[in-house]
Amino acid sequence: MTARDGAGGATLAEICVVACAEAWRGDGAKVASPMGVIPTLGARLAQLTFEPDLLLTDGQATLLAPGAQSAEAGSGDRVTEGWLPFRQVFTMLAAGKRHVMMGASQLDQFGNQNISCIGDWARPKAQLLGVRGGPGNTVNHTVSYWIPRHSRRVFVDQVDMVSGVGYDRVAGLGEKVRGFHELRVVVTNLGVLDFGGPDHAMRLRSVHPGVSVYDVADVTGFVLAAPLQVPQTRLPTAKELTVIREQLDPEARRDKELA
Amino acid sequence: MTPAQVVAELRSGMTVGIGGWGSRRKPMALVRAVAASDLTDLTVVAYGGPDVGLLIAAGKVRRLVTGFVTLDSISLEPQFRIARQTGAIELTELDEGMLHWGLLAAAHRLPFLPMRAGLGSDVMRVNPQLRTVRSPYADGEEFAAVPALPLDVALVHMNRADARGNGQYLGPDPYFDDLFCLAADRAFMSCERIVRTAELVSGGPVQSLLINRSMVAGVVETPNGAHFTSCVPDYDRDEAFQAEYVAASASPQTWQDFHATYLAGDEASYQEAVSKYRAERDAQQGASA
Repeated sequence: MTARDGAGGATLAEICVVACAEAWRGDGAKVASPMGVIPTLGARLAQLTFEPDLLLTDGQATLLAPGAQSAEAGSGDRVTEGWLPFRQVFTMLAAGKRHVMMGASQLDQFGNQNISCIGDWARPKAQLLGVRGGPGNTVNHTVSYWIPRHSRRVFVDQVDMVSGVGYDRVAGLGEKVRGFHELRVVVTNLGVLDFGGPDHAMRLRSVHPGVSVYDVADVTGFVLAAPLQVPQTRLPTAKELTVIREQLDPEARRDKELA
Repeated sequence: MTPAQVVAELRSGMTVGIGGWGSRRKPMALVRAVAASDLTDLTVVAYGGPDVGLLIAAGKVRRLVTGFVTLDSISLEPQFRIARQTGAIELTELDEGMLHWGLLAAAHRLPFLPMRAGLGSDVMRVNPQLRTVRSPYADGEEFAAVPALPLDVALVHMNRADARGNGQYLGPDPYFDDLFCLAADRAFMSCERIVRTAELVSGGPVQSLLINRSMVAGVVETPNGAHFTSCVPDYDRDEAFQAEYVAASASPQTWQDFHATYLAGDEASYQEAVSKYRAERDAQQGASA
């Protein structure tokens, strides 16, 4: 990925890493569960910079905090600070002490997410993962989404199987659940979206450098809410670029997720 | 016991729970023995991985109860995909936390447990048998009433066990193997190595003794018995072999070849074929290095 004009030398992947990191801003001591390379780099960047209290696992059952030498270039120094097997993940999830960033094969205007299957559930055209933890995550704690290729195949009018629950469906549930439910942001290769539109409809919050509102609307399969002036996504600071490039991802795995 | 002796205790039509998670610490030697048996019409309950795939490929599964089937490093399980897309199996698709709750309810001999997971999602649509329940207290909140998932048999794999049925995991995550055992009428535990009871605590902290002998009906020593799933710290997932499994699932012909090479015999011949495969792989890597 080459640098874009006006991006201060940052690549698209690096802009996306920072946009993902921003999802966890203000979360404090919650478990960040990123799915995917760029969300994982984002969560680690947030933990190393503006959100130091975040808890992060190694992808399995060990909680890792930045180590004493973590600021040194290429050190990757991390220290074990806890144990989080799946049974404990389920309890933390139900306690609301978690913010996951999941992927989505389909996502609709109100944030209903599908990772289960494409087509009729009884005999799908394409069987995917299954609903996994989507139903439980969305009615218990904050959820964000990462979509590496923003397209009409993903951003659909109606999803085939609701795994993660959107705002329209949660509106019919109890007061407690409505309070626990929060879809914070959707980060894509084109911009950042949130659910600040009418009745919590998806809204374009910012576009990445070189992307227009029309570019995003064109590949979104529903009417996307947007303010009159859509700002540009925040660019990485020089320090953030150093952390991403030298500490977290010297092998540039981030670029492959957008390739 | 031997894997064949465990299979002899099973009957067609049973509900069988399988421990582990995805492609991690699965009782694959026992699964291979079931796959090679005459058993049919099983209901399988699992955090699904290649255990589910192998049983589906062998035509053993009537119904699957799960929240996902994945190979972890390869996200989609090929045999599960084929079976779903051809309508070869029935599916009870639950949120993965609901599966946990169903096993916990069964272990506690409760008919159900209340939970928020599932509400508002299509899990309720595709499982019309699911009911909701209202809190009898002042809050009056409505929950999904997750039904117990009682099992006829559970199969789990541990790193170490003694001959009496005390089992020890040495990796980072117990998964839900103790719950699978307690949710089952009878559980069978395979392990990498059977050791004397006194050796268990010298191998790891007392908390690693996840399974006690009241939970299991039989123990089987199956070295490399979780292959090709991970069984850390004894061994990692065999990623190259897992990729072979996925490639073999591409067509009936390639699957037939894979089956003939690895699955047509017993566990000893499987392990022998895997050793041979690894030796050839290592030789190739040596030659190209």
